Amino acid sequence: MTEQRRRVVISGLGVVSPLAHTLSDTWDAVVSGRSGIAPITKFDASGFKTKIAGEVTGFDALAFVSAKELRRMDAFIVYALAATEMALHDAGLLTGTPLGDRTGVIIGTGIGGIATIEKEMATLLEMGPRKISAFTIPAALANLAPGQIAIRFGAKGPINCTVTACSSSNNAIHDAFRSIVYGDADIMITGGTEAAVCPLTVAGFNAMRAISTRNDAPEKASRPFDTDRDGFIIGEGCGIIILEELNAARERGAPIYAEIAGSAVTSDAYHVAAPPPGHEGAVRCMTLALKDAGMMPADIDYINAHGTSTVLNDVYESQAIETVFGEHAKRLAVSSTKSMTGHLLGAAGGVEAAITALALHHGTLPPTINLDNPDPECTLDYVPHRARTHSIHGALSNAFGFGGVNAVIAFKKWAESETL
Amino acid sequence: MTEDVRRRVISIIMEQLNVKEEACVPEAAFIDDLGADSLDIVELVMAMEDEFDMEISDDDLAKIRTIQDVIDYIDKVHG
Repeated sequence: MTEQRRRVVISGLGVVSPLAHTLSDTWDAVVSGRSGIAPITKFDASGFKTKIAGEVTGFDALAFVSAKELRRMDAFIVYALAATEMALHDAGLLTGTPLGDRTGVIIGTGIGGIATIEKEMATLLEMGPRKISAFTIPAALANLAPGQIAIRFGAKGPINCTVTACSSSNNAIHDAFRSIVYGDADIMITGGTEAAVCPLTVAGFNAMRAISTRNDAPEKASRPFDTDRDGFIIGEGCGIIILEELNAARERGAPIYAEIAGSAVTSDAYHVAAPPPGHEGAVRCMTLALKDAGMMPADIDYINAHGTSTVLNDVYESQAIETVFGEHAKRLAVSSTKSMTGHLLGAAGGVEAAITALALHHGTLPPTINLDNPDPECTLDYVPHRARTHSIHGALSNAFGFGGVNAVIAFKKWAESETL
Repeated sequence: MTEDVRRRVISIIMEQLNVKEEACVPEAAFIDDLGADSLDIVELVMAMEDEFDMEISDDDLAKIRTIQDVIDYIDKVHG
């Protein structure tokens, strides 16, 4: 008999999102079906085709970092420090003692400090190279999100930064999960962070025709699986989950939200932005994640979809789910919480992992809002408009990124009565 | 002149290093007493250069350790 592999549970959650600045308020907003999309305030978007986004507004950064630190960090790092502090507090790990060499940090981000790069580039062009801040590089480097977390909390285990566009978070969670399974660490701080609501990003996604231009009705703009969807909505924020080896978590009496049972990553090897018809890469990824988790398709009650609200993703992701789950696809629930949060790019999977963990924990299916006229090619149960109470035993969280990256995380409900 | 320079120098230091005015005594050293690191020093120098319309060479910078050193330097440049 082979030795059972180390099991991994989620023992803490922290979220900063366009819906709210804490996990519990974000969850309340999700369950009540509220949209976090509004007109852009971070810059004058009047000359842009898209004038709406899922911004984090009114956030008190100084509650988490000093004024001095704030000057040397892009917002994506500040969000990461804030969400990590809340997640560690939630896990009972915020004791003031350094976390040490059995705790690691793997955080994803799609474009890191792009707003800092944009600002300093303007300074360079207007005033010359001598006027560039010494904090430009450390504020903008993608891996300074995990770096600053490790420094702040004294985490000396494995560290990495995954940069795989909109699947960055799930790639991070996948790697962090394996770090614990393989024995490299007992605790991993993981998830993703993003703060890319800036002119260059909006103009760039506009040029790709990737984002919605429904400027007159921001709250209706993110409408995954709906006939009238016209692209995703850029969101910002951070979702952090604390992964912990099961026995370590039990020994210290940590709260356990859910188990991460398995995960997988695949590549489409097809196109920089578009998924292939039928999304074969996603089919393989969901199948491999189930296999890694030792779960059957019928074990899955809920899928937190990638569900971007783009024309291609929502059809092809639905087709992929039908291919993987067959008849069971009609029985399971699929929802896109991006209908409320917008698409947090590299942070999407982190926030959605936190939401999926709470869905399992509370037995609540989050809704897909704005699904007024389902696309005839999207035929699954997307939990339209309203959350539903429903016991969930197994769940998947999907994330697909530009470049053809697919990353899927498989969750299991945690029952304290479970025998080991 | 010197009092005006001192006041402006301290104002920049308080802003850049996030320290209180009481800490900004003439003999306070940027790294040892005011908690600055090498990147803070670079930012501080840029702010001083802007404020006093001058350029501090790397050789001169190496000799500056305390608040009084900065004030003396500015007095010398602006004579």
